[in-house]
Amino acid sequence: MSILLMLAPAAVMLGALGLAAFVWALKSGQYEDPEGAAARILLDDHQSEIERGG
Amino acid sequence: MTFAAPPLTAFDASLSRAPLGEAVFDPAPFLRAQASGKSRLELLVRGAKCAGCLAKIEREIARVPGVVEARFNLSTGKLAIAYAGAAERAIAIPLRLRELGFDSGPYDPTEAEIEDRREARELLIALAVAGFASGNIMLLSIPVWAGGDGSMGDGARTLFHWISGLIALPAALFAGRPFFRSAWQALSRGGANMDVPISLGVLLALGVSILETAQGGAHAFFDAAVMLLFFLLIGRYLDRRARNRSRSAARTLLALQAREARVLGPDGAVQVVRVSDIAPGALVLVAAGDRLPVDGEIVAGESALDLSLLTGESAPAPIGVGMRAQAGALNLDGVLTLRAERAAAQSTLADLARLIEIGAQNRSRYVEMAAKAARAYVPIVHSLAALTFLAWWAFGGELRPALLAAASLLIITCPCALGLAAPAVQVAASTALFARGVLVKSPTALERLAEIDHIVFDKTGVLTQGKAVLQNIAAIDPRVLQEAAALATLSRHPLARAVAGFAVAGFVVTEAREIAGQGVQARLDGVEARLGRASFVGAAPQHAETEMWFRKGEEAPQRFTFKDSLRADARETIAALCAEGFEIDIVSGDAQAPVMEVAEQLLIGRAIAEAKPGDKVARLEALRAAGRKVLMVGDGLNDAPALAAAHASMAPGAASEASQNAADLVFQSADLSPILAALRTAKRAKARMRENFLLAAIYNALAAPLAMAGLVTPLIAALAMSGSSILVTLNALRVSVKKGAS
Repeated sequence: MSILLMLAPAAVMLGALGLAAFVWALKSGQYEDPEGAAARILLDDHQSEIERGG
Repeated sequence: MTFAAPPLTAFDASLSRAPLGEAVFDPAPFLRAQASGKSRLELLVRGAKCAGCLAKIEREIARVPGVVEARFNLSTGKLAIAYAGAAERAIAIPLRLRELGFDSGPYDPTEAEIEDRREARELLIALAVAGFASGNIMLLSIPVWAGGDGSMGDGARTLFHWISGLIALPAALFAGRPFFRSAWQALSRGGANMDVPISLGVLLALGVSILETAQGGAHAFFDAAVMLLFFLLIGRYLDRRARNRSRSAARTLLALQAREARVLGPDGAVQVVRVSDIAPGALVLVAAGDRLPVDGEIVAGESALDLSLLTGESAPAPIGVGMRAQAGALNLDGVLTLRAERAAAQSTLADLARLIEIGAQNRSRYVEMAAKAARAYVPIVHSLAALTFLAWWAFGGELRPALLAAASLLIITCPCALGLAAPAVQVAASTALFARGVLVKSPTALERLAEIDHIVFDKTGVLTQGKAVLQNIAAIDPRVLQEAAALATLSRHPLARAVAGFAVAGFVVTEAREIAGQGVQARLDGVEARLGRASFVGAAPQHAETEMWFRKGEEAPQRFTFKDSLRADARETIAALCAEGFEIDIVSGDAQAPVMEVAEQLLIGRAIAEAKPGDKVARLEALRAAGRKVLMVGDGLNDAPALAAAHASMAPGAASEASQNAADLVFQSADLSPILAALRTAKRAKARMRENFLLAAIYNALAAPLAMAGLVTPLIAALAMSGSSILVTLNALRVSVKKGAS
């Protein structure tokens, strides 16, 4: 059963990592504009370069 | 003094006919200087909904001279701009947006909104922490429950309890802060709300569980305590989010109304300032088509004012030098110079503001169903818990099982279902209404709306469209109509606007000019033509306020008559409301004749005309005294006190700012059917809420005796709690599932 001493904290750590990732994403504004993020992926990144002739 | 507008070119005319509302606003006063030397500007842009719009806006605005960066938020419709150009050139930004086909307005959040957003964020983080903690503790709890038959050693069980406790304690203390804070506030005011038993239950469960674990006991409630917080936070977060969304949508409507004014400086130069910055004594220029920003005396210019938002009167009132005018009046033809008598904040009429305040106080006494339930529930549960503890202690003689039984009672009766019952229904109902263009602004609005049995309508702008519509189309030669329309496009007068819609291409308009208070004059295909008052075209007036005349060359003058017509579905909606048993009144500030005409058309028996704001409130008070629960529907500044005083209130999206602020619900639609939809949804929501409270009560009545007998194990607590929460939430969702039916 001593394997639990390793596994239980490891499971909790992984969970905590997920939580930390969520809080980071929230604080860095990832949820400010979900619709915009979905739309931006459709936009052509190189549009301005094409217009400049690049 | 008469103001003669400079000649309009065809290009100007096409600009003034831009399809979206009035002139663009000047963003100069809303630029916020920053340390880097650049300024920030935030605009609300209306109508941008797709990836193409986003790309177009960002690309085109970034090209406006002075703009360093433009970033558009598609979810909120906010455009954030870093600007390094001259402030007076910033108007190029909204002009460019207008060319792209988007209306824009300044975004200027209030302190309260910033606070709201901060709170929503705090709730979300608390929700994430509670979710993380309950998930992980559940992983540890399931082996403990599964090993309850003795296959798990006591040492391993205690180890699992300790790990659970280490996660639960900080997580619950952090995620529970919104509840602890609100409970503390209620207690320090000497009252109790739903958060008091929640906080007490969570804290007691944590304390007892630590004691149990320390002594190697079998039962720890860490999972239940954290799961409880998780469920409650979901309800609270969704509730807050739905309300914030409605509120910001309501703000977007208002932001598109003008907030800046042109003021003449001492050197005669025109400055653009925020309306709130106009000092008494300042000279304010008001162009045709703009609203007067402050109360004042006219020092130059001559025009007609549309007072419909102020008084409900549909006919324009002439105004000239030396006369006084009120903020909110719409300037129709000439340019006016106004000497401000009061600052804008006082201009919204001290009387009106006072009346609104009194009405709002009345309403704040309304007690929600959830609060009523909490009032009955808190003392019962707490005395039961105390009784359980004392009984177990007295008869068992031991402290530990007594505490355990009391804590399990508090946990299992903890108003998880009760706390979700109301918010889940609120969220489902207000989301369904939001999709139909109805914004629910006040948290208790739906409950109050469900009690309504009497509806009082304002006339102008509510039952009617609030704008002139050409009546005698059939009697006019189509060619004459098109010629008149070609001239009408040159003017912003509401009567001209009503004709301009008939314009077709192909006329050569030259030497166009508008003469304030008279009309428009131009050469149409080389022939002199006039559109305006009877005297202006040389005809005999028949009814001065609602007619306009057109004359080309030496042809006979043609008369155009106008009327403020009913909203398209007014008759059906009023009939449907009557059929559902609502009593209906009209109370209007307009003259007797037009009010009676509308009342007859809509088959409404009771109509009061020429009502002042105080009269409207008095009428509502009389109805209230007679035991009626009144819904007030109004749009004007003169309706705002009545909107605040009524049991519930609605305003259309085009209403004055004061009315939208005073109303519980705002509907954005050209027809009246949202009123019916809102009333039906509110009734359904209240029924669901009542069912949910009943479900929660039944569940508690079953669970409480078990807990008092000490039969509730952590496993039973966890199952009962999630089961009842899911049941209540599913029942709440029935409100929105049926939305297609109304």
